[in-house]
Amino acid sequence: MTDTSAAKPGQTEVWITGIGLATSLGEGLDANWAALQQKRINVDEKGFAPYIVHPLMPVTFDSQIPKKGDQRQMEAWQRIGTYAAGLALDSAGIKGNKDILSKIDMVVAAGGGERDLNVDTGVLTAEANGANAPGFLNERLMSDLRPTLFLAQLSNLLAGNIAIVHGLGGTSRTFMGEEVAGADAARIALSRIASGESDIALVGGSHNGERKDLLVLYEFGDFNLKDKFAPVWARKDHPGFALGSAGAFLVLESRAHAEARGAKPFAKLSSVVADLARRKQGGDMTATLEQLWAKLPKREGKGAIISGATGAEPATSEERGFLQAHADFPVRSTGTMFGHTMETQFPLGIALAALSISRGALFPPNDSTGTEIEMQGAPTQIVVVGAGHWRGEGMALVEAVG
Amino acid sequence: MTAPRDKLGRPVVVVTGMGIMTSLGAGKADNWAKLVAGESGIRTITRFPVDGLKTTMAGTVDFVSVDPFSSTGLSERMAELVTEEALEQAGIGAKADFPGPLFLAVAPVEVEWPQRRELGRAVGSPDFTYDDLLRISGGGKYSAYHHRFMFGSVAAHLAETFGTKGSPISLSTACASGATSIQLGVEAIRRGETDAALCVATDGTVNPEALVRFSLLSALSTQNDPPQAASRPFSKNRDGFVMAEGAGALVLESYEAAVARGAKILGVIAGCGELTDSFHRTRSSPDGKPIIGCMNKTLADAGMTPDQIDHINAHGTATPENDKMEFNTTSAVFGERAQQIPVTSNKSMVGHTISAAGAVEAIFSLLTLEHQRIPPTINYETPDPTILFNVVGNTARDARVTAVMSNSFGFGGQNASLILTREPA
Repeated sequence: MTDTSAAKPGQTEVWITGIGLATSLGEGLDANWAALQQKRINVDEKGFAPYIVHPLMPVTFDSQIPKKGDQRQMEAWQRIGTYAAGLALDSAGIKGNKDILSKIDMVVAAGGGERDLNVDTGVLTAEANGANAPGFLNERLMSDLRPTLFLAQLSNLLAGNIAIVHGLGGTSRTFMGEEVAGADAARIALSRIASGESDIALVGGSHNGERKDLLVLYEFGDFNLKDKFAPVWARKDHPGFALGSAGAFLVLESRAHAEARGAKPFAKLSSVVADLARRKQGGDMTATLEQLWAKLPKREGKGAIISGATGAEPATSEERGFLQAHADFPVRSTGTMFGHTMETQFPLGIALAALSISRGALFPPNDSTGTEIEMQGAPTQIVVVGAGHWRGEGMALVEAVG
Repeated sequence: MTAPRDKLGRPVVVVTGMGIMTSLGAGKADNWAKLVAGESGIRTITRFPVDGLKTTMAGTVDFVSVDPFSSTGLSERMAELVTEEALEQAGIGAKADFPGPLFLAVAPVEVEWPQRRELGRAVGSPDFTYDDLLRISGGGKYSAYHHRFMFGSVAAHLAETFGTKGSPISLSTACASGATSIQLGVEAIRRGETDAALCVATDGTVNPEALVRFSLLSALSTQNDPPQAASRPFSKNRDGFVMAEGAGALVLESYEAAVARGAKILGVIAGCGELTDSFHRTRSSPDGKPIIGCMNKTLADAGMTPDQIDHINAHGTATPENDKMEFNTTSAVFGERAQQIPVTSNKSMVGHTISAAGAVEAIFSLLTLEHQRIPPTINYETPDPTILFNVVGNTARDARVTAVMSNSFGFGGQNASLILTREPA
């Protein structure tokens, strides 16, 4: 395999010096940590019934996006992400630091923005009622679409909005491709810093799970969790994912750059690897996860696994097969606690791994199947696993700074 | 040939295979012949009704069939065809076994109108809500649409077809996407992670809603008649860009690996640069500093000075703002030479291939180096008196070209530049 990017000997150590979280459990590190300790899950079983979503805990966007005009130019997913990115910059202590922000490299994992459901439904019902002039669709779209809606939908405009609102002037790359885009964003940012191409990067993603157009897309594949919430590992006979709303951003920084400005690390990001299993036969994905596991640097410390398993099948059973081969590692599921936040799930996993290491404890299990076991003592190595509901597998190793 | 490392000690990255498709046709030979002949690929749209649209022409790729049709399906098919062409030329790896990663620039993906309409019809009653659409979406009848409209679907298909290694990256930096895909490949080779990378960019999104979206932002030319004359980069009467479809694929290799296997070297990616503009979602900072910085970063990355660039393949969209900004910023970097270096915009003929443009134009730049002939900027009848570029107007020009700068600027403050040379510096 040629593209994996474990930090090689002699390469720069990469620290996680900032974390920004806005999720269904709350805003900021303390609120999320407290909810995890209390095993508190925020699901909405009624608003999108029979589908279940993890709605964003309301935040005051003004505190990170002061201009109302900026907020109006964004759809919810961009507001959530721009907000969480601001929290990450605050957390790293570089908010407003023009010297650093003018050179920071941004790698964002993004989907697209919400459609105007009224416009879509209006066109379709008019057509069902006989509107069939050749230019009907064109005319309705020309008159009904908000001119700036496109910008609120474009994938790379999450990064664009972050740059505008927080004054970032380095580089900006947007990766797409559902769950594994989040792993690839971290992988590329890490390898660029580790090799000396970059000193500091803002990496992450955001997702609005409270969207009927997304429910339609995933319903095409029968991926949505319906009727009743259950922890991810307990969905085998009632599979599916519950979309979640979240923004998760990380500031990654070379050790030298962080030390020069006196920044303290939450943890170090030692390795990120990713692959594309063919998933043609049962066991393909399990085998790929095993190969990725083997590529990570040696794990000799007190380890744990944070999984982004979705609850959808067969991917979740494939991942469980991998986890069972490593049953001595306590496992935690972000899908159970935060819902499935798609491109954001992997950065969220890295964020929680770094937070757990910095707080000296893994958050408690929340599972009825026995997959998640208690952990005593402080974890020093946490592997983040991110396997897509359909394609793409990623893995990261987050470690305590030695 | 010189050392396999560049001035900064990194592996030199060369191009050993190229594939291209635009509204002018399929393949390098056909595209190049038409490009230097000054032919336009812009035509009145026939794929869907244009009634009610302000812009009725585009550079569509109508000679590739996809069934059932979708913009994402067309993007995928074009990407597949240009990759086949590039791999055949490079002669690298084995069938379905490319020895490196894939970096794919692709337009953002979403469910499209034909599929949405199919859903609307399936509800079976004339009055319904969005919830009714949602209610009938499951059950497996539309499972193919789930796969089709995953953002990662095109890359997954290419990775499986061509056997690229590792996790394929799908990326978007708007109109700079094609350049970014090349940059990611260059960086992976320079870091020593791989000896080869497949960089592909594709865009097949001429559909009603995409046209309407750009129309509502007043970005498109409305000079519909004749369509071939709509795209007028650097002209006084330019009024916007022309949407277009196309794809480009490049096989990148380290110089060392290419030489070791006796591959023919088509050119060198000498430098890449990018710089974010945080001024506005669609407009460049009025002082042009981010674009100036982008060009300067690219020169520094190539270890070159402005006087070593002897041709600029401009972004040249033909929007009133872009072309003026491009001249001003180029002048800031190149000084007086901005008025002497021959400049051309391929978009005058192929239109703006959006996500593919950076790669399409990098390939045209490499063909310019190969043939020592600069394709024209057509429709250059009334030069804008404030844009003092030495535009290669209307007819192709033979020239000694050793180093080309190719620029791409996009919505969301995306700026990216490449420097392409014939041989390692």
